Amino acid sequence: MRPFDYASPTTADQVPALLGKSWGEVEILAGGSDLLSLMKDEITTPKRLVNIKQISGLHAISNEGGATQLGTLVTLDRIAHASQIQHQHPMLAAAAGDAASPQIRNVATIGGNLCQRPRCWYFRAGHGLLAQKDGKSLVLQGDNRYHAILGNDGPALFVSPSTVAPVLIAYNAKVRIAGPRGSREVPVEKFFVIPKTEQEREHDLKPDEFITHVIVPPAPGVRAAHYEVRQKEAFDWPYATAAVALTMNASTVKSARIVMGHVAPVPWVSVEAAQVLQGKAVTQATADQAAQAAVAKAKSLGHNAHKIHLAQVAVKRAILKAAGSQAAGGAA
Amino acid sequence: MADDNTKYGWPAAEKRSLIGKRISRVDGPDKVSGHAKYTYDVHRPGMLYGKVVRSPHAHAKVVSVDTSAAEKMPGVKSVYIIQDAGSEIHWAGDDIVVVAAVDEPTAADAARAIKVEYQPLPFFVDDFTQPQNVAESTGPLTQRDVFQMLNDDAPDDQVIAAIQKRGLAFKVSPEMAKRMKDNEVSDDVIKALQAAEVKEPQPNNSPYKKETEQVKGDPDAGFKQAEVVSEGVYGCPVITHCCLESHGSIAEWTDTDHLFSHISTQNVSGLAGQYAQALKIPEANVHVHQDHIGGGFGSKFGIDRWGAYTAQVSKKTGGKPVRVMLERDAELILAGCRPSAFARVRVGAKKDGTLTAWQSESWGTGGPGGGGAPPMPYVVNIPNQRKQHTAVATNIGPARAWRAPNHPQGCLITMSAIEDCAAKLGMDPLDLMLKNIALTAPSEDTYHRADTYRDELMIASDLIGWKKNWHPRGQGSGAERRGLGLAIHTWGGRGHESNCALTIYPTGSVELQMGTQDLGVGTRTAILIVAGDTLGLALNQMELKIGDNQYPKSGGSGGSTTIGGVSSSTRRAAIDARDQLFAKVASALNAQPDDLEAVGGSIRVKSAPSRSMSWKDACARLGTQPIQALGKNPGPGDLISSGVGGAVMADVSVDMETGVVKMNKMVCVQDCGLVISLKTAESQVYGAMIMGIATTLYEEKIMDKNLGHMLNPNMDFYRLAGIGDVGELVVHMMTGKGYDERGPIGLGEPPTVGPMAAIGNAVANAIGVRVPFLPITPDRVVNALNPKGGSHATV
Repeated sequence: MRPFDYASPTTADQVPALLGKSWGEVEILAGGSDLLSLMKDEITTPKRLVNIKQISGLHAISNEGGATQLGTLVTLDRIAHASQIQHQHPMLAAAAGDAASPQIRNVATIGGNLCQRPRCWYFRAGHGLLAQKDGKSLVLQGDNRYHAILGNDGPALFVSPSTVAPVLIAYNAKVRIAGPRGSREVPVEKFFVIPKTEQEREHDLKPDEFITHVIVPPAPGVRAAHYEVRQKEAFDWPYATAAVALTMNASTVKSARIVMGHVAPVPWVSVEAAQVLQGKAVTQATADQAAQAAVAKAKSLGHNAHKIHLAQVAVKRAILKAAGSQAAGGAA
Repeated sequence: MADDNTKYGWPAAEKRSLIGKRISRVDGPDKVSGHAKYTYDVHRPGMLYGKVVRSPHAHAKVVSVDTSAAEKMPGVKSVYIIQDAGSEIHWAGDDIVVVAAVDEPTAADAARAIKVEYQPLPFFVDDFTQPQNVAESTGPLTQRDVFQMLNDDAPDDQVIAAIQKRGLAFKVSPEMAKRMKDNEVSDDVIKALQAAEVKEPQPNNSPYKKETEQVKGDPDAGFKQAEVVSEGVYGCPVITHCCLESHGSIAEWTDTDHLFSHISTQNVSGLAGQYAQALKIPEANVHVHQDHIGGGFGSKFGIDRWGAYTAQVSKKTGGKPVRVMLERDAELILAGCRPSAFARVRVGAKKDGTLTAWQSESWGTGGPGGGGAPPMPYVVNIPNQRKQHTAVATNIGPARAWRAPNHPQGCLITMSAIEDCAAKLGMDPLDLMLKNIALTAPSEDTYHRADTYRDELMIASDLIGWKKNWHPRGQGSGAERRGLGLAIHTWGGRGHESNCALTIYPTGSVELQMGTQDLGVGTRTAILIVAGDTLGLALNQMELKIGDNQYPKSGGSGGSTTIGGVSSSTRRAAIDARDQLFAKVASALNAQPDDLEAVGGSIRVKSAPSRSMSWKDACARLGTQPIQALGKNPGPGDLISSGVGGAVMADVSVDMETGVVKMNKMVCVQDCGLVISLKTAESQVYGAMIMGIATTLYEEKIMDKNLGHMLNPNMDFYRLAGIGDVGELVVHMMTGKGYDERGPIGLGEPPTVGPMAAIGNAVANAIGVRVPFLPITPDRVVNALNPKGGSHATV
């Protein structure tokens, strides 16, 4: 076994000093549902694990003026069942409850969900995040049936694996990040970045920073829904997902947030699709137009053209489902 | 012999106390409470852990192996080179070196410290692309070529012509000739084989081997006669066995030349010989034990390379127990591979649905050895046929038997082609099948097979509501479309050799010993049902010992041979023991032994049931000597037969936009002779149907063409069906007159055969077009509906 140190800080301020200066030296242990398999498969071989579960302040769900604040250690299962979230951010509760399996939802945390590594089968087999061999992309040359159709111009061709992140982005959520220089807040949309080298990660964290909270602003009156195209009823990675949040002005859309998952190395925000809906009533036709706009720039890697179609269906269905859904409650 | 049939035969329906009843499995409570111990749960005192260095190359020569660093590491007890310098590796993941160490992480560290140098060689993993412009093989026939022709019932003159033209790559031994004769190969063919020239096989650098074209009847005339010809391409990929309990063993040496192995196996009595051969020790020195197994499906008949090296590395440690259970990825990469099969098919029919001709060009792989053609046309023996198969040799790992070898593939291709033909004719496929049902009768139709299929199809049709729910292909509207599909299947399933030792002790205690195994299908329960029914005892009044090769030998659990074997040997042992007991107590009951019966825990006079004594009192009369009986199969009396069939019908809904297929309902109507244990028999069928759903919708061993590696050796992307995915399942067992008198016949394999074809046909019926290749994933459905290209599923 590759030996590693194990630290168990009890306060958030102790964490940054325990973290590393470059990626891979230190990993954070929260739920462990992804980390343990990465370590067993030697995809990551940290010299130290920092167990943050002893930090009591990071387990809470709280409400601050209609905003839902989630400690980074709140499990997906608690998010799915918290009545406050079901009432104020029902799409978040639904997406969390739809992820993985009951066993995983019971241990997987929201912070871990956002930081989980891609499921790209070349990455998971040890070929690196960008899966390059002898200067060539294994993804482009090989089997890319599940890979990116958007944001795939650079070397990163995996898809962002979180099904919850697009939902948080649609709700304009932020993450609070703690580091040696104090804390900062970043919109979830900006938190995800497309790496250009093997030395980078899929998010905006520095190696000595970590997520302490996720803050979801109030969404009174917002109609929101997500849709996942996946084959199995449960415990399956989707082909494509879409999260849609609509702010209505009587029967027309005042503004829309449309975010796709599993289509790009990051959750993919479609401004184009949102613009199609703006000022219009949601109908089959406008939903269709918006969905077409969402994938207008999508590009097949050779073996994943079906994903363009499936992402379009996911967007269309999420829009129609959102329009037909109950408006969220909460302090206006 | 009539006497033996009377003596040992199965009890009449009104006399059965346990046989054919719905009884919960005897080991159910142990399993659900975690008390049942699987090989994976075995931890022997002082046990070491083995880890294996595996080849990263799909095809390579081992140039050098340096284990020196590993041997020096603390905690490492032994290093054993499995394939040394000079060995040729034919698939990625193959075993090179094993390390035994005090714990798993130490063993893994040591394995990482071993340096193996390889010379990579060209490899090939593409079985999906149809072989083009391949010349028919002209070199000498291999054993497999010959058996393929014989299994296909190729006419004698064709077989003889091929033998004379091409010669043989092997010599026909007298034993082989005798075996062929026993299997009803004609004297002319055997003579031709014995007279044939034996030639050196030609070196073949191509992955393709095109077998001799096979012709039956007059296919040209058959297609001329046809008023409609339907054409299509169909197939299913290589899938793995994906046993929940992976392959492996814990081996230890009890002295310098005695091996004790806990091993996950379908073949408790058959492994000692394999160990003996690999380890050069007498067979009698090998002790094999297994209480429970977590899945085999045909992949666990051998000790395997890892079974042998586990024993070898244990020996190098001085005999300490060493455990090597395959990791999940190794299990998927190495320990299971059901051959793929693809075919371009033409089917000819008259307007009234009469099938007139079949033509197929098929290809597929079973790993480095290539792989034979599945039986086609399957069950429906269309009169005029032309078919040609090309075996594709690939570096994907070796094939293993998978529940009903070759049948699911043959069934899929045949039933899909027939369904497409029905659609082209505008006919209900059930009507078309019934119209041609006579073609399902085997040449010797002792058991009225065609009539049985008709009955099974009618029952299945009622259970799924075929008349009400079936609509012509593609008729429907909206995003979700529903469809129905059907298939019929067959299997042999004659009971294997089996020995059952039964002891009745003077205390009344009863013990049965048998070197068989319960694959989780209810074999324990079935043995006790037969013994209990015969002795008039309840299941919990007997002690059954299985899972150890120190008990009397019984066959491996493959080919659906277990129920026929163990039921017959148990019945014979129980009858003999019971009759000995009757002889001891007859005078006390003032009767002849023949006048006695054992019912409800007592021995009584048939004509005067009030004259009875309890089982315990009867056994007390044995004095000090227990009764011991050994029942054998084969043995006296005609207790078993072979040949079963079934019909499967599926009801699915398909989302026309996402391509997601949902199972609404699936029905299986199955015959298997006399059903011994009804509840576990039904469970077998449920399990088979669930496995069939997974193979149809999810499973595929995905190989990377550039790396030669399996891309999905994990449960994330090697998908299996979950409980929410299987829909409603309905099982109907054919029992009673016409079935019971045939005795018990195997059931494990046949119900796995039909689901792929039935579900595939239901999808075609729902969406209006054929999804040619399995698994029927959303991308394939979307692609079939809107063929644009640019997807991996593109034909």
